[in-house]
Amino acid sequence: MAMTGVSSEEAAAASQMAARAAGKGAPTATASRWRPLPTWLVSWLQVGPLAAVLLFMFVLPALIFVVVSFFDYDRTGIYPAFMLESYREVFTSQSTLRVYLSSLKFAVIVWAITLFLGFNIAYFLIFHVRSGTIRAVLFILCALPFFTSAIIRTIAWIPFLGRNGAFNQAVMGLGLTQQPLDFLLFSDFAVIVAYVHLYTLLMMGPIANSMSKIDKSLIEAAWDAGASRWQTMANVVIPLAKTGIALGSVLVVTQVMGDFFVVRQMSGGQSASIVSALSIEIQAMQYPPAAANAVVLVIIVALMVACMMRVVDVRKELLK
Amino acid sequence: MTDKKNRKSHIDRRTILKGATATAGVAASTAISGFPTIWAQNIKDIVLRHSGPPVTAIQKIAEQASKDLGFTVQMQASENADLLNRFLSQSNTMDCADISLVYMRYLIGRNVLQGIPIAKVKHWDKTMPLFTKGESADGKKLPQQGITPLMILYATSPDGQKVTGSAPTEWVTGVPTITNADTLGIRPDLVGRPVVSWADLLSPEFKGRAALQDNPTIGIIDVAMALEARGDVKYVNKGNMTKAEIDATVAKMMEIKKSGQFRSFWSTFDQSVNLMASGEVVVQSMWSPAVAAVRSRGIPCTYQALKEGYRGWGFTLGVMKHVTGLKLDAFYEYLNWYTSGFQGAFIAKQGYYSAQPENARKFLTDDEWGYWFDGKAAASDILSPFGKLMEKAGNVRDGGSINERLGNIAVWNSVMDEDRYLTRRWNEFITS
Repeated sequence: MAMTGVSSEEAAAASQMAARAAGKGAPTATASRWRPLPTWLVSWLQVGPLAAVLLFMFVLPALIFVVVSFFDYDRTGIYPAFMLESYREVFTSQSTLRVYLSSLKFAVIVWAITLFLGFNIAYFLIFHVRSGTIRAVLFILCALPFFTSAIIRTIAWIPFLGRNGAFNQAVMGLGLTQQPLDFLLFSDFAVIVAYVHLYTLLMMGPIANSMSKIDKSLIEAAWDAGASRWQTMANVVIPLAKTGIALGSVLVVTQVMGDFFVVRQMSGGQSASIVSALSIEIQAMQYPPAAANAVVLVIIVALMVACMMRVVDVRKELLK
Repeated sequence: MTDKKNRKSHIDRRTILKGATATAGVAASTAISGFPTIWAQNIKDIVLRHSGPPVTAIQKIAEQASKDLGFTVQMQASENADLLNRFLSQSNTMDCADISLVYMRYLIGRNVLQGIPIAKVKHWDKTMPLFTKGESADGKKLPQQGITPLMILYATSPDGQKVTGSAPTEWVTGVPTITNADTLGIRPDLVGRPVVSWADLLSPEFKGRAALQDNPTIGIIDVAMALEARGDVKYVNKGNMTKAEIDATVAKMMEIKKSGQFRSFWSTFDQSVNLMASGEVVVQSMWSPAVAAVRSRGIPCTYQALKEGYRGWGFTLGVMKHVTGLKLDAFYEYLNWYTSGFQGAFIAKQGYYSAQPENARKFLTDDEWGYWFDGKAAASDILSPFGKLMEKAGNVRDGGSINERLGNIAVWNSVMDEDRYLTRRWNEFITS
């Protein structure tokens, strides 16, 4: 509020009145020169930019690939048709179930690890670090690696985990093993390491945000009422942080389900994700099956997100 | 070579145009002398857009061409499906293109290119018989598996929309520019025994230390070379498998993958270099400059000649349908410049072969020619066109001379008739 010397409540009330007045189309008392815009227009202007971005960059492309998924195709072109062949291929191929199971497996494992790490780091930063300055510094330290591109952060693991990499040389130098550990790189293990490294911050951020909104006196009250550390955690902190947990989970799970690069790099192309199978089809100029794959992926991920959102009403929580 | 280059670079455009006869003795001479002056006046405004993969669409070549020809040549580089898509859907954003033999298969009959009359191709007689006749320099007929040059080269009419499949005509869909013969790269210090056959790619001795290209068409041909060498599967045409052959190959591949044979699949040049240099992998399908890149780090790496032969590939320079009039004349000038040696020498120094080797020779030192083409030991250090050390003095090119290599191409890179089925089975293999 730009009005000085007026308390924020009063200002809010004034603006509400102004808005109501504008809604009726009556001239307002507060606006001297500018006639306030009608509220419906204000709302439209507010959602307009985002709506336009979503319409042109999400809805339209999505419609296009839904349409293309029914098209016929040959080596060089796609032809308008209503053909279910691409879907039949998606649902009958042995690889579909395998990539979905494999992506889901990664999603669950990575979700569990990032949740454990993210929750604990956030808890430490919010409740254990007393000084605001130190907390800010620690937050920056957490975010600092993310100034580098995700691609570089992924690839950087390869020389470290390799057969003759730093880690293997260290454990062999310490005499812990005679043979280099091959499972470290080009394996599911390597994929999970990279995912956890990339996505823990996505989990930690929203949880820390939720936790920072928890009134500290609630925790004190719980202590005073004789709750143990675990009881406080289970009955106070976790319920109040669940918006953050849900948001972080959505971010992590959708990232893993939609990933292509990390799986390909870290598994050495030996594991596939849904999107990497799709990209092989695109490289072979086979757009309709790729589009059908994309439609199925979007539906499944949307359902997963919807389920997660059911656990927590994020909208209600965010408005608090 | 430097002498010639310097001399030319001191001549301005006008002198070149007026006195083409003066430069006729120079390799990169052009055939403009007969054109009226008006042509010389207008041509400097022409911009010729050349599209191709990063391997061939090199800025330095465009700069030299612009300097020598008196009009502007621009290079546009993109890769794989992006490039193919541009050819198919935005061919009016380019004037000419380096097109792999495989992509030609997609482009012929799509009204993207126009035919080139052989009469306009100045260096046609210098072009390798590998492209023009399907035989090696010593007249040996070569196996015709995969997408061979003859399959896509000769057009039945000037519009270039249909090809004969082998018989020569007066028109071509593009003029051959670059070729090479690919094979397995090995780490001679780590394999512990001679590697002589494609079958060694699948040898249990190298379990967990072999790699493949993460690309359905090339990957499956490499495995097919190995399976055939081992006697597991018999193919009619490894570059154009039947569904049954694809099934047999993919079934074997899944079995081999389960055994843990493959350490990794690579999709970029750098990945293949790093896999080899770090010792993760000791035998893998590789590109020639990648082998050089490993060696330039002081790590031994051999582009191993194998008894079953090589997997070949090639590029041709084609011109887009929309190019007409003065611009088309400019294209022919560029084409004849492109095949006259500078470009051929440039890419030869990266380990590829110019399709007009005798022209490239004019821009190479005797030592460079001896190393890259003749299979002779390098008398002094061999440098890349960018001045990086490629090979130390005394080294001999793996696989020997151009004829020993190109004369032993067993199969060409390909897009198969059953490519839809292949993509599907390849995805099943990768996810297994």
